[in-house]
Amino acid sequence: MKVPAAIVEEALPDASPVAVQGPWRRFATEFAESRLALAGLALLAAIVIVAVAAPIVSPQNPYDLAQLDVLDSKLAPGEHSSSTGMTYWLGTDDQGRDMLSGILYGLRISLIVGASSTLIALALGLALGLTAAYFGGWVDTLVMRIADIQLSFPAILIALVLLALMGQGAGKIVAALVTVQWAYYARTVRSAALVERQKEYIEAARGLALSRARIVFRHLLPNCLPPLILVATVQVAHAISLEATLSFLGLGLPITEPSLGLLIANGFQYLLSGTYWISFYPGLALLATIVSINLVADQLRDVLNPRLRR
Amino acid sequence: MIGFTLRRLGQGLLVMAVMSTLVFVGVYAIGNPVELLVNPQADDAERARATAALGLDKPLTAQFATFVVRALQGDLGRSFVYNVPAIQLILDKLPATLELAAVATVIAIVIGIPLGLVAGLKPDSWLGRSIMAGSILGFSLPTFWVGLVLIMVFSVKLGWLPPNGRGETAMLLGVPVSFLTLDGLRHLAMPATNLALLKLSLLARLTRGGTREALLQDYVKFARAKGLTPGRVIGVHVLKNIMIPIVTVIGLELGSVIAYAVVTESIFAWPGSGKLLIDSINQLDRPVIVAYLLVTLAIFVTINFVVDVLYSFLDPRVRLAAAPAH
Repeated sequence: MKVPAAIVEEALPDASPVAVQGPWRRFATEFAESRLALAGLALLAAIVIVAVAAPIVSPQNPYDLAQLDVLDSKLAPGEHSSSTGMTYWLGTDDQGRDMLSGILYGLRISLIVGASSTLIALALGLALGLTAAYFGGWVDTLVMRIADIQLSFPAILIALVLLALMGQGAGKIVAALVTVQWAYYARTVRSAALVERQKEYIEAARGLALSRARIVFRHLLPNCLPPLILVATVQVAHAISLEATLSFLGLGLPITEPSLGLLIANGFQYLLSGTYWISFYPGLALLATIVSINLVADQLRDVLNPRLRR
Repeated sequence: MIGFTLRRLGQGLLVMAVMSTLVFVGVYAIGNPVELLVNPQADDAERARATAALGLDKPLTAQFATFVVRALQGDLGRSFVYNVPAIQLILDKLPATLELAAVATVIAIVIGIPLGLVAGLKPDSWLGRSIMAGSILGFSLPTFWVGLVLIMVFSVKLGWLPPNGRGETAMLLGVPVSFLTLDGLRHLAMPATNLALLKLSLLARLTRGGTREALLQDYVKFARAKGLTPGRVIGVHVLKNIMIPIVTVIGLELGSVIAYAVVTESIFAWPGSGKLLIDSINQLDRPVIVAYLLVTLAIFVTINFVVDVLYSFLDPRVRLAAAPAH
């Protein structure tokens, strides 16, 4: 007998609003148990807000050469501009650029590159991983072997090679980051999907004669998400760090709109003469971003792990 | 065991073949190969001569065959900048990189494993907690920035350690090494610490996890019940059992240490193959890039192969599980 879809919808627990509220509230409570993780989340929120609001909060537009004064170059933190009298709280670089503004704008670029490459890699990995798990056979073998081979080489090496071959640019660095990241998601979603596929609720959904697409997207996918969220959080931090490293090596973003890595690279040449702030403060901003994301990820790992569920 | 080893060897060679093909496609087929392989400063006549000499007027399959034959003979072209065979350039610089990687790995093992053990034995003490918090910092700190801070503190502010170079070297079996001279050690200290930091955090976390799991096992409880000293329980029963995954990870991470040496070598101007790679990329010295890639690939495939075989040797379950899958 075929059960009408409308009745099935009502019978499914995820259709009721109370059941949807429950897991989120529990999630929030469990996450808040670690004060360190909350501090990380607060720091991350603050960083994202100042990065988004950079054009409003930063003292100058660091990319507008007309606003830079070469006479103010390499001023120490706290010194004042000779022309406008503004205070450079974190000093200036060799072109007289206010480091605080440079850092705020650089954060923006680092976050955009990190987040967009993670999202694209997530989508790609999700699609390939689900395909591999669903079809099995040679499709599965092919996708997973490529992932295996790729994961046996360090991300930095693959990214370096790709950028050496393709040249520089924001799009290219995102492409390189996606290439090194997708395999983590594909592997995670595949193993989660293979476990979930065996469970009773999928059998029940099959028994109710739901369409394949509905089973995959409404039943299988949501249950594969927790490990993916965790991997994505860790990977955002990884992507930001990798982008900074590549930019530092001179293979990342163009010099006209520097990300944090490029700001640090730019200051490196003056480091030995004691002009530390050009490299140090962008590095501190980078560090704060990555540490805050990792603190959040560390707590997510405990909260999302079903084996530790109390 | 022999069947397993041969199968792994075959897989390794397959990976090598696939990756070489990708490198070939990347360098020769994408874009204009003449532009990629001929010195950009060359004039038209030289370009034509080079095109013919490199066989770039032939079909791609024929070019691939030539590339494979020459690569198998160890001929990967001559460096534009130094005008010596690219492979020789890499092999000259490789010992410096391997020395740096080896010293960094030793630092990571000698410090990381004891820290992880302490954190695993006393997970709720302030010491255990600070080790774990420190390890988060250890992974979060971007390698290049740690390098800068090290230079800033120890070279610029304190003036204790030299910021760049390899220092005085001594010959060991015909290879120059830094760790046998005092000056070399002073030069080695910062880059090796810098490179070790990430692996140190990883090993500490891994050891902690393994220790915590092992402590709950019956054999540890039994060893305690038998009245063995805590030192013996930890040193023999716990450590021995957590060593298999740790040794595997150390082996596998060796490749990643070599890759990250690119960053460390660039910061500390350590004259190894990683710095050569970055210099070559900046100078568009493509034969050297290709040579670096293929040499590194070979090192990686070898490491993975050795670790796989060792692992199956240490843990028979692996080769039993792997056998029916193929």
